[in-house]
Amino acid sequence: MARAAVPRRLGDRLRWTAARLTDRRVESATARTLVFEVPGWPGHLAGQHVDVRLTAEDGYSTQRSYSVASAPDGESVELTVQRVDDGEVSPYLTDELAVGDVVELRGPVGGWFVWRPEQKEPILLVAGGSGLVPLMAVIRMRRAIGNRTPFRLVYSVRSPEYQLFGSELRRDDPGLDKTYLYSRSTPPQWPRPPGRFTASDLSGAGWPPDFEPTCYVCGSTGFVERAAGLLVALGHHPGRIRTERFGPSR
Amino acid sequence: MPIVSRGFHGRARDARHRLPPGQYETADFPVLSAGPTPAVDLDQWEFTVRTETGARHIWDWAEFMALPSQTKTVDLHCVTKWSKFETEWQGVSLDVLLEDVETSAEYALVHSYGDYTTNVPLEDLLDGQAWIAYRYDGEELPPEHGGPARLLIPHLYFWKSAKWVRGIQLLDVEERGFWENIGYHDYGDPWREQRYQGD
Amino acid sequence: MTLTPDFLDGNAAAGDLEFLFGTDMTMASGRCRGCGEQMMLAQTHAYLGGPGMVLRCPGCEGVLLRLVHSPTQVWLDAGGLDYVTMPAPA
Repeated sequence: MARAAVPRRLGDRLRWTAARLTDRRVESATARTLVFEVPGWPGHLAGQHVDVRLTAEDGYSTQRSYSVASAPDGESVELTVQRVDDGEVSPYLTDELAVGDVVELRGPVGGWFVWRPEQKEPILLVAGGSGLVPLMAVIRMRRAIGNRTPFRLVYSVRSPEYQLFGSELRRDDPGLDKTYLYSRSTPPQWPRPPGRFTASDLSGAGWPPDFEPTCYVCGSTGFVERAAGLLVALGHHPGRIRTERFGPSR
Repeated sequence: MPIVSRGFHGRARDARHRLPPGQYETADFPVLSAGPTPAVDLDQWEFTVRTETGARHIWDWAEFMALPSQTKTVDLHCVTKWSKFETEWQGVSLDVLLEDVETSAEYALVHSYGDYTTNVPLEDLLDGQAWIAYRYDGEELPPEHGGPARLLIPHLYFWKSAKWVRGIQLLDVEERGFWENIGYHDYGDPWREQRYQGD
Repeated sequence: MTLTPDFLDGNAAAGDLEFLFGTDMTMASGRCRGCGEQMMLAQTHAYLGGPGMVLRCPGCEGVLLRLVHSPTQVWLDAGGLDYVTMPAPA
């Protein structure tokens, strides 16, 4: 048998790996963080995602993409999953999957919606709801390596009980400014009334376009459409806006 | 071999019905699309049958609504493996739409608003097997499920039931549609599990 | 005619594309044969979960790439792309 001229390590090929749940945490009324142990995990970039495959006893199988929430940490990989009531996969992950159970996981994948520490420009993170997850990986990565790049986070969420990573974000991260916007109801005495975010929310809490920030926008398809549209209208170059849309049927 | 995840069942399903091979029953109505959902204005809507000689038969929405309709309860089998039983549709039989069409064609290519197409043998559109449906479960057909009107051809896999249908082209030689020209079966009988070319 | 958005970003197709090509294709750049728009595949509009993967042009919504997996075959049509370019592996 002829050998390939350029040998490639088969281990480098993307493949499904059995990932065991080692811990789970409550993040909000509807979100859970699932901690998996993934043998041979090669590490990941902040913002990358994984594909998760579930197979039932009768052979039925389905897969979804989830952003990694954690900074690289050995063979431990954290996914924060928002429960979608009529979803097929997310209710199983948030409610059924117990410590010791196994799913199949493939990744990390995607090199576009990532932040690399060597980037020098200021960063704007715009998150809607569970769209905070990959941006949290970016924030955690920045903190873990002591990076001081100026960051601003604009986080829009329905109401305080849906807020993710609340206590962790309350901690001081030097050089990271955080703005919270509530669309339905706010904490008591909150200065901004509840409502959809606007251009002035983004211009006030973001960076001026001539600072040439890279903008990372993540949320539902509708949220991302709106936020990216507002950023372009404010003068940000479309090439510096990176988006990650979350699908409806998870 | 995939690893089974304990306690994962997929969508809630029961096995009251006889399923085609490889299918799973669902109570939901999943929305699958290969492109943007077109917003079709009923004032602009037209349904066209074009024969192999180029002759055209065109209905606007008012003319289409004036045609006799039928209400049918049918089972749906999607090639992505879900089956949904006892769904109720209202629409115009293709027997009505093709009644006055003169043709010797054997094949049809169904066209949609957007760029979707799918091929079916002409005989499968006739004899009470296919409808242009515009109501689902007693309501106007919502855009995500193909409204204002879609083809309904329940004896074939559901990708053949083109959403947002706008016309049928009759052909002497079979021409493959959007999924058929990238691996999916030309006929697509769920009971013979004709999912891919060569099945 | 207005269109309602129901797509994801090309990012979401990264796993299936890398599985096939052995490298991250979402960072590859391509040009739409229909309208000439240039983009990273990560910036395309991805329609997943149906019978196959469809990547569309963010400029004109034309089909750039389709991918279908059967148990025994993979079908790929990238005919909507003039070309794809990416950095050569080191």
